[in-house]
Amino acid sequence: MADIRNNFVGIKSPNPFWLASAPPTDKAYNVERAFKAGWGGVVWKTLGEEGPPVVNVNGPRYGAIWGADRRLLGLNNIELITDRDLYLNLREIKQVKKNWPDRAIVVSLMVPCEEQAWKAILPLVEETGADGIELNFGCPHGMSERGMGSAVGQVPEYVEMVVRWCKANTRMPVITKLTPNITDVRKPARAAHAGGTDAVSLINTINSITSVDLDDFAPEPSIDGKGTHGGYCGPAVKPIAMNMVAEIARDPETRGLPISGIGGITTWRDAAEFMALGAGNVQVCTAAMTYGFKIVEEMISGLEAWMDAKGHRTLDDVIGRATPNVTDWQFLNLNYIAKARIDQDACIKCGRCHIACEDTSHQAITAVVDGQRHFEVIEAECVGCNLCVNVCPVEGCITMEPLAIGAVDERTGQNVSADYANWTTHPNNPAAKVAAE
Amino acid sequence: MATGQFKDGIAAGRLEPARYSDNFSDLHPPLDDHEALVEADRCYFCYDAPCMQACPTSIDIPMFIREIATGNPIGSAKTIFDQNILGGMCARVCPTETLCEEVCVRETAEGKPVQIGRLQRYATDEAMRQGKQFYERAASSGKKIAVVGAGPAGLACAHRLAVNGHDVVIFEARPKAGGLNEYGIAAYKTVDGFAQAEVDYVTAVGGIEIRYGQALGRDFSIASLSGEYDAVFLGMGLAGVNALRADGEDADGVENAVEFIAELRQASDLGKLPVGRRVVVIGGGMTAIDAAIQSKLLGSEDVTICYRRGKERMNASEYEQDLAAANGVTIRHWLQPKKVIADKGKVTGIELEYTAEKDGKLAGTGETLTLAADQVFKAIGQKLEAGALNGSGNAAPELEGGRIKVDDERRTSLAKVWAGGDCIAGGEDLTVSAVAHGRDAAESIHRSLTSNGRA
Ligand SMILES: Cc1cc2nc3c(=O)[nH]c(=O)nc-3n(C[C@H](O)[C@H](O)[C@H](O)COP(=O)(O)OP(=O)(O)OC[C@H]3O[C@@H](n4cnc5c(N)ncnc54)[C@H](O)[C@@H]3O)c2cc1C
Ligand SMILES: Cc1cc2nc3c(=O)[nH]c(=O)nc-3n(C[C@H](O)[C@H](O)[C@H](O)COP(=O)(O)O)c2cc1C
Ligand code: SF4
Ligand code: SF4
Ligand code: SF4
Repeated sequence: MADIRNNFVGIKSPNPFWLASAPPTDKAYNVERAFKAGWGGVVWKTLGEEGPPVVNVNGPRYGAIWGADRRLLGLNNIELITDRDLYLNLREIKQVKKNWPDRAIVVSLMVPCEEQAWKAILPLVEETGADGIELNFGCPHGMSERGMGSAVGQVPEYVEMVVRWCKANTRMPVITKLTPNITDVRKPARAAHAGGTDAVSLINTINSITSVDLDDFAPEPSIDGKGTHGGYCGPAVKPIAMNMVAEIARDPETRGLPISGIGGITTWRDAAEFMALGAGNVQVCTAAMTYGFKIVEEMISGLEAWMDAKGHRTLDDVIGRATPNVTDWQFLNLNYIAKARIDQDACIKCGRCHIACEDTSHQAITAVVDGQRHFEVIEAECVGCNLCVNVCPVEGCITMEPLAIGAVDERTGQNVSADYANWTTHPNNPAAKVAAE
Repeated sequence: MATGQFKDGIAAGRLEPARYSDNFSDLHPPLDDHEALVEADRCYFCYDAPCMQACPTSIDIPMFIREIATGNPIGSAKTIFDQNILGGMCARVCPTETLCEEVCVRETAEGKPVQIGRLQRYATDEAMRQGKQFYERAASSGKKIAVVGAGPAGLACAHRLAVNGHDVVIFEARPKAGGLNEYGIAAYKTVDGFAQAEVDYVTAVGGIEIRYGQALGRDFSIASLSGEYDAVFLGMGLAGVNALRADGEDADGVENAVEFIAELRQASDLGKLPVGRRVVVIGGGMTAIDAAIQSKLLGSEDVTICYRRGKERMNASEYEQDLAAANGVTIRHWLQPKKVIADKGKVTGIELEYTAEKDGKLAGTGETLTLAADQVFKAIGQKLEAGALNGSGNAAPELEGGRIKVDDERRTSLAKVWAGGDCIAGGEDLTVSAVAHGRDAAESIHRSLTSNGRA
């Protein structure tokens, strides 16, 4: 049986599934329910400095986009950090940690960008017995207008400075949560690393407007007819988040820096993918907010079943396994040739592959053969682009089949070469490093 | 004396009054907004969609469903009406299980087609509810066209002609328009006076005058029409009924199923409509099924359909057969009527002979069966009332297999005369096919009256 116990920068939890800092972790009531449901840990909803708490809007704070059957694909929010009193939160954290010693409790923090503010709050958190802190440099709305959240996360120098202050003022492990609202996520990751962070976590939410009410032309979520960009999360952001995780995992400067993967994780498979790309554990928000805490059961059993089936004994057998396979475009093997193939027994003859290829790509799928409706790949035209696979409504009906070494590619008439050859040496590349003749 | 269901003979009021409205309510209730969105989401927007090919009027089904899915039911309705102005009725009465839905790729994929008919109803209902008219008539062509019959074929033809700028006069023998939509289709398929609402919706485009109580062959002839009008369209359906050719056929209680249904459709109080305690229906098509089910719904105790061949040869779709079974109708195969048994001129039973197919030919086996019956419905097909075509001198259109012969454009053998719907050879006896014929004939007429469609 696979062992999915997690040790993330010394913080232990019975499984790698944590709830991200957000409404599901805003108070003892929710966190108790989460732990009862089986979550391995939580990052407590972000605390601010002492004093009157922030206030939230009193109308819609979420917007969304949906797929078929109104499946929620992307959520956006304009919620701020906790709007509850600091000491109430601290008391609850202490009590919950006492009740659940085997679970991880990390406390998310966001205070003004002054050393004094951080110095003041850290001992208060330490006193609760929490396992660590997470620096919220990600919140993209509201707080950023006040010089916090992503306003800090977007300036690598500030990131490094604040991390340094925290490392100097607490014994607790420090996780730095990064904003994706930046061109190159490696920059703040490197800065956090330089500041001595124990780990990074990413992504926080992405600046977004989910929709516009076309009756009164108000962006959603709309408050009294006006809207502001919110933070986007949920399944739609997963590909963006995974790329950012992989970028940091394979960056020579930050290689080996622990990463807590966040962004659109909804099933065990999503979690396994993040971990394969280098995440040491994962955090979940939208999926829990969509379906409730019970989904963690599926995540645990699914991860275990997959690990058992593949013979992975511990999470370390999985973490980072895909990282070496993430590379630059220029290093992809241009001698690798694949062709689409349609399983005629599975095909339901919807014709989507044909029209996609015909109208927008390479005219490589038939519609009619011998007077019959029939969809078949024309190998001499197929460039192996995968579009048909992606638009086919039947799983596994179209597959990409690599051509064997030595086989003839009917499109080019060339034999498939056994050699690896990439763009850096390609004759069409003006900058090709030509091998000496 | 027994009352209600068990009352012998042919009697009215077999059920509690409240039961009638239950029994004759909408077979497939309309989809609500949520249901429509969920169902529309299931459509794959197929290329050269099989469903569209299977629709006799070639409605762009993936497009109208996509319009529903994107919150545009009005645009969706226009997509439907562009091809089929009776899209509302077709949504209710088409045997979709043998048309569009039979070939839906989701039927192939998981045995559950997209519910195209119900989605079509959703969109067309919304447009009709809003009274949304999509078509403006082209500038007047000055041409006048006579249409015989205000059934689906005639209405579709008239609408398309009117849109193209021609003036249309429909001559209708009955007091109401709609043809079998009004007098034939099962009551539970088209509730709440939909047939008349649709006639109003279609004729609201303008330029269509309906003259009621005007029968071809009685009040006028083809020759008189073609003398007076620029073109003539014949869409009078099949007013005649095939004979049983069984002894004693003229006994009281032996009735034409279509007449029974017409009476039922026109009844203002179904509780006053008499029906037999034991009913035998002879036939294997949609009419037989409808007569049987509606007898049952009126309170008959025992209803049996007798068909002279096997199940797979029945014209009624499998779905229709199942619907009959679900309503408690017994369907028996390989039986043909031999003799109606009567007592004092009233039906008491029917003697049937078993049949078998030998070398592709159907023949009686000699073995017989007698079923008790208070009422026998003949539903063995309608035929063209050829008499209506007479009185035209030598100008009667050529027939083929007893129906009017037409070419691809629905032109008859007579100059200036087109025909479509059930009355033509090769007609499928479907509302939707009649609509396609009428529409296509209108386009052909339009082309012939203008030079290639240009006035
Ligand atoms: C009982 C029954 C149930 C059916 N159920 C279905 C169903 O569920 N789904 C389906 O798709 N199809 C069904 N059909 C078939 C469908 O109703 C017909 O195919 C369709 O109505 C044919 O349209 P039409 O315009 O050709 O003829 P009709 O609908 O028959 O209309 C002909 C019109 O011409 C008029 N007329 C007739 N003779 C003359 C004359 N001499 N002069 C002037 N006017 C005349 C008639 O009064 C009538 O109004 C059913 C048919 C029957 C009989
Ligand atoms: C309503 C809401 C409030 C959030 N508040 C915080 C917060 O206070 N602190 C924080 O670090 N992240 C916050 N987040 C971001 C989440 O922790 C997480 O990074 C993001 O939602 C991506 O994960 P997901 O796709 O699983 O939701 C919030 C997200 C949501 C939806
Ligand atoms: S989720 Fe709860 S708090 Fe939010 S709007 Fe609905 S009822 Fe109100
Ligand atoms: S998209 Fe898939 S199911 Fe549809 S025709 Fe192509 S191969 Fe067949
Ligand atoms: S065949 Fe089915 S899935 Fe395809 S377009 Fe038609 S209704 Fe949609």
